[in-house]
Amino acid sequence: MKHSDVIIIGGGLVGMTLALALDRHGLSSAVVDAADLPATIAPGFDGRASAIASASARMLRAIGLWEAIEPHGCAIDEIRVTDGLSPLHLHFDSRDADTGPLGYMFENRVLRTALLAAAAQAANLSVHAPARTTAVERGATGARVTLDDGTVLAAPLVVAADGRRSPLREAAGIRVGQWRYPHTAIVTMIEHERSHGGVAFELFYPSGPFAILPMKATGDAAPGTRSAIVWSVGSDDAPAYLGLPPRALAAEIAKRMGGFLGEVTLIAPATSYPLGFHHAESYVGERLVLVGDAAHGIHPIAGQGLNMGLRDVASLAEVLVDGARLGLDLGDPQLLARYQTWRRLDNGLVASVTDALNRLFAIPGRPAAAARRLGLAAVERIPPLKRFFMAEARGETGDLPKLLQGLTV
Amino acid sequence: MKASEAPAPAMTDASIDPREVALFGGIAAEWWDPKGSSRLLHAINPARLAYIRGQALDHFGRDERARAPFGGLRALDVGCGGGLLCEPLARMGFAVTGLDAAPENVAVATRHAADMGLAIDYRAGSAEALAEAMPGGFHLITCLEVVEHVADLGAFLGALERLLAPGGLLVFSTPNRTPQSYAVLIVGAERVLKTIPEGAHDWNKFLTPDELTAALRTAGLSVRHVTGLGYALSRGFAIGGDTSINYIGAATRA
Ligand SMILES: Cc1cc2nc3c(=O)[nH]c(=O)nc-3n(C[C@H](O)[C@H](O)[C@H](O)COP(=O)(O)OP(=O)(O)OC[C@H]3O[C@@H](n4cnc5c(N)ncnc54)[C@H](O)[C@@H]3O)c2cc1C
Repeated sequence: MKHSDVIIIGGGLVGMTLALALDRHGLSSAVVDAADLPATIAPGFDGRASAIASASARMLRAIGLWEAIEPHGCAIDEIRVTDGLSPLHLHFDSRDADTGPLGYMFENRVLRTALLAAAAQAANLSVHAPARTTAVERGATGARVTLDDGTVLAAPLVVAADGRRSPLREAAGIRVGQWRYPHTAIVTMIEHERSHGGVAFELFYPSGPFAILPMKATGDAAPGTRSAIVWSVGSDDAPAYLGLPPRALAAEIAKRMGGFLGEVTLIAPATSYPLGFHHAESYVGERLVLVGDAAHGIHPIAGQGLNMGLRDVASLAEVLVDGARLGLDLGDPQLLARYQTWRRLDNGLVASVTDALNRLFAIPGRPAAAARRLGLAAVERIPPLKRFFMAEARGETGDLPKLLQGLTV
Repeated sequence: MKASEAPAPAMTDASIDPREVALFGGIAAEWWDPKGSSRLLHAINPARLAYIRGQALDHFGRDERARAPFGGLRALDVGCGGGLLCEPLARMGFAVTGLDAAPENVAVATRHAADMGLAIDYRAGSAEALAEAMPGGFHLITCLEVVEHVADLGAFLGALERLLAPGGLLVFSTPNRTPQSYAVLIVGAERVLKTIPEGAHDWNKFLTPDELTAALRTAGLSVRHVTGLGYALSRGFAIGGDTSINYIGAATRA
């Protein structure tokens, strides 16, 4: 039997970051993943890119991951939100305030590569992958996880970081509130003629948002000429778009961009993700906590999904490190309750704002469009509102855990 | 369990009150149920542990970021109950002895520690008897919510003084004797909310900080620090400020 402080089921972006944050504070984890993790960094496995809000970036710095990823990141200096191609826009410009970028764009592959390399070096971390769990037992005095190769892991706490379908959450009987949007996200990468200048564009169309997210150019491409596309289309229309030859799809994309970045070429195959919303009714069970997509999933409109998961990591790491120093059982219901209270309200807030935003922009017709434009213009002109949205984009609302302030616990 | 059915304590020592021992022995099985009759103790534990850790870090000059900073030091928890304090102290690095007058408690504590994989030396008996066996044996002695239950305070505190190693630290906590503590602990917690077993406290035996400080001094111990242990709706139990309901403090040899 192998003992550790926590057993983390799911070594995705959230689960692995948690394991490393704990390692930095001397807490040990056993990470179990059903996937062959080195395969998850092969080109083509996950073509998505993620926005890392500046608070999340501070945590990655504090736990020593930043150096490896920084050269591959693109700073987001400004976010422009517009109703379609309307010239009236809301923009959040970090250069106004001189407080550093709002966030950074990374390919998920870059993040995964850095996490796996750090995990291989970490003293208090063991990775079991690919491995399936054949039994997960949680009881009064501890938890035990049996793997299909016969390994038995023991710890006072099990963390479910096993993604949005979380088998662990299901088995624990924790219910989720959820719905599907009638939309699908088409995700791809483009090269364009003119520089994005560090601006993230969110264009709202009745079928959903169209996001152009600035990426660091690769190879000998001119700086600023690569962007990630997250394009929400009606689910019924998705197969038709995905069936288009690359040039034709590039033309569709260029049409929605209104040509402001010049000529567009597709540089990655387009993939699609059904869009949904889910929120677990509870983040905790007996010797169990949920983090990341296992606990919540939102519309990718605001690029906050992973950031919410990283905020879970920062809070849970702080709760566990504090608890360990007090000598508490890490499965103590009080510790778990502290984590749940800290995170659930904040996540619920982000989730409902995102959902409302998405619904608001999905209402067709001219009056609705006029109201939206007025709304955007209002936020633009009212500094406190604007500051709130800026802080949200940076991931700086709520009671900030130490790691998100760039400090260790 | 009624007092008349209580087993006689293993040793008849001046400080042990058989009626008190019976009450706490009777809830032995519930010590580790965070929703049972000990839920208040579970809720208050993190605040108390933070105080003990902070005082001990200062006193022994250990690293505050270490997970188990107290290696090489021996700790004694007097009135250990089911081991709610002993187990965390063991994880902090102390070699821990737990002492309780009720053998049922010691049995529960011993079994629980074994289940958790912790090596803790639990003993049933009195402080006086242990002081005979292990004089000067402990660098840290904790004695939380105990002095209000003992029959002979002077004898009890004298025993603690003898158990303390040279340069050692005593941490104590107990309810204050004020109208507020009567309202909160006796009427509120015992009778209305039932978060504490009814009859657990005799308000007349509560000591004010001044009275306890004087009694400790008589026993040769000098109080270094006293603070309140209070409850705020927003934060739960927390250390600091108001001592009118419950207080916690630290003492060393005078
Ligand atoms: C189109 C799209 C765009 C997005 N864009 C952004 C963005 O720009 N910014 C942002 O912050 N977020 C974004 N998100 C959200 C973000 O991708 C997720 O929130 C994030 O990846 C969640 O990470 P996770 O580790 O919780 O879950 P996952 O990445 O799903 O990881 C779960 C892991 O658990 C493993 N697993 C599952 N079941 C088991 C099992 N039974 N046993 C063992 N292992 C198991 C899996 O193999 C996997 O490795 C986007 C999402 C979508 C769909």
